[in-house]
Amino acid sequence: MAEITYLDAITKALGDEMERDPSVFLMGEDIGSYGGAFRVTKGLQERFGAERVIDTPIAEEAFVGAAIGASYVGMRPVVEFQFIDFIACAFDMIVNFAGTSRYRWGQGVPITMRGPWGGAVRGGPFHSRNPEMWFAHSPGIKVVAPSTPTDALGLMRACIRDNDPCLFLEHKYLYRRIKEVVPQEDYIIPIGKAKVVEEGDDLTIVTYGMMVHRCLEVVKDLDASIEVIDLRSIYPLDREAIVQSVQKTSKLLVVHEDTRTGGIAGEISATINEEAFEYLSAPVIRVTAPDTPVPYSAPMEDFFLVQPDEIAKAAKKLLAY
Amino acid sequence: MPPRTPKISKEQKLQMYHDLVLTRALDDRAQALYRQGKITGGLFSSLGQEAISIGAAHALEKEDYVAPMIRNSGVVLVRGHTARDIMTQYFARATSPTGGKDNSQHFGDVERTGVVSCISMLATLVPVMAGMALGARLKGETRVAMTFIGDGALSVGDFYEGMNFAAIQNLPLVVIIENNGYAYSTPTETQTLPKNLVDKGLAFGIKGKVGDGNDVTEVYRLTRQAVDAARAGKGPQLLEFKTFRIRGHAVHDPAEYVPPSVLESWKKKDPIERFETEFTEAERADVRSKVDETVEDAVRFADESPWPEGAEALRGVFEDDSIVPYTPWWEK
Repeated sequence: MAEITYLDAITKALGDEMERDPSVFLMGEDIGSYGGAFRVTKGLQERFGAERVIDTPIAEEAFVGAAIGASYVGMRPVVEFQFIDFIACAFDMIVNFAGTSRYRWGQGVPITMRGPWGGAVRGGPFHSRNPEMWFAHSPGIKVVAPSTPTDALGLMRACIRDNDPCLFLEHKYLYRRIKEVVPQEDYIIPIGKAKVVEEGDDLTIVTYGMMVHRCLEVVKDLDASIEVIDLRSIYPLDREAIVQSVQKTSKLLVVHEDTRTGGIAGEISATINEEAFEYLSAPVIRVTAPDTPVPYSAPMEDFFLVQPDEIAKAAKKLLAY
Repeated sequence: MPPRTPKISKEQKLQMYHDLVLTRALDDRAQALYRQGKITGGLFSSLGQEAISIGAAHALEKEDYVAPMIRNSGVVLVRGHTARDIMTQYFARATSPTGGKDNSQHFGDVERTGVVSCISMLATLVPVMAGMALGARLKGETRVAMTFIGDGALSVGDFYEGMNFAAIQNLPLVVIIENNGYAYSTPTETQTLPKNLVDKGLAFGIKGKVGDGNDVTEVYRLTRQAVDAARAGKGPQLLEFKTFRIRGHAVHDPAEYVPPSVLESWKKKDPIERFETEFTEAERADVRSKVDETVEDAVRFADESPWPEGAEALRGVFEDDSIVPYTPWWEK
């Protein structure tokens, strides 16, 4: 069985779902014969035709709105943001139209919104952002962020089949760097379920996206039994998995690429404070980016992004308690 | 050669008259109920511009989709929603189409009536309705999608994004510009420069038409031509109907900024008074008594309806209600 990349897994999920379900179709900028800025939709227009792989004008509010409308008549659209930063241009349509539709008048919005996310590729302030919390904080939207090809494939299937709006974040640094053999069967990864990727007893590290790989790297070099949890979904948040792990280890470190204030680490820390306070033997620590835009120049972007040594330092501090 | 204008049967005219009178009666009654403190929140009036909703909605077929804006409650009546639906929405009761989750004209039923609920953010319906036409086409169906937009909402980017998308995709979308002179307190000439707002269609290669919004038969005829053209594959259509907002932006707004002479001149062009000359006194009396009965029933039903349970607020965000975290840990 051949290994496939994180990017291939997403392309495969899109193709498989279009094959399986005629109501699935794609919209986005330059996604047709060009195959998208990162070539995630490469070959799909050839396979399924221009009717089902639609190149749109540069109008994010329009293609998200059109996706909502198409979903009202039974379709399951998947829209691509060329870079996830541009999701800001469709913010109104997502939070006010899609996010409230089922609640207000019972009309579900089965759409999937996807796009390349995150930094470490010198993309600068507008091609590197982490917008997950804009939507995790906006009722009615599910947010997933896979870190492996297996999870990307299974979560994309889950999002497309889900009857509510889903935001699928694809880490662009991982696109071609992470490879593995994925299961052949038609599996899904349930939205809202975290995964224990490394078991341990002395400390819990909760993270997601590219930082999963950085944390695993750090853990390898530390002489301790550390549990690493990959959230996989930001909303719904798998509070149970985190609480259970902290009840065992009594120490929690949350690491994310996103900026600090209002990042998911704060919500996780508050949850532990409420639900596992008696189990803690040290304060919850978070390691995150600072509250700044993503800088362009390499030394500054590296400073901005959480580096392995920062994770190691925080982990050692907790282990010493 | 001028386009063929569809004939309107006497029966349909009488139905339109009924729908106009019912729209206004519900509107008037809601204003009174607001003053009595029976209904709260924002209350928007369609007084004086009812002909656009009624004429346009009558031009659609049953299988078509339509998204009314806040002053288009007449549209939902034509599409098969009831006076009870409208009144229970105002009363915010458990029996309302949204179960009290949202107010006024914010409701719909895609399956049964083809009506899509608006949101308060203007122009968002243009891309959404384009998407409904697109979705239907992908399913191999031809269904016209229609929506309404005001002179103020034409300044919102979604209008341009949505029209351009619909034009590129050649979608059967009909957008009706309701030019009622004011966006809240801002007169149209302070909002935008073109004299005819329909000229904005030229940006998308669409040549629209302008009509008298206070003449229900003209609204019907022009809209019917646009709907037929859209259905025939001629792409999105744009119409502008000139009218005037007789009441303020919402019930709290006395609209003192409107020059009295302007208001008076428009009151003389009242769409119901102009249309009712087509009917006998007996026909009019019959419609009015039927409407009175409908309104009384709707108010009684809404007033007697139960309030929703507070905790109902937790339900319906997602298909699976258990997703929304709420129960404190000590109650788990």
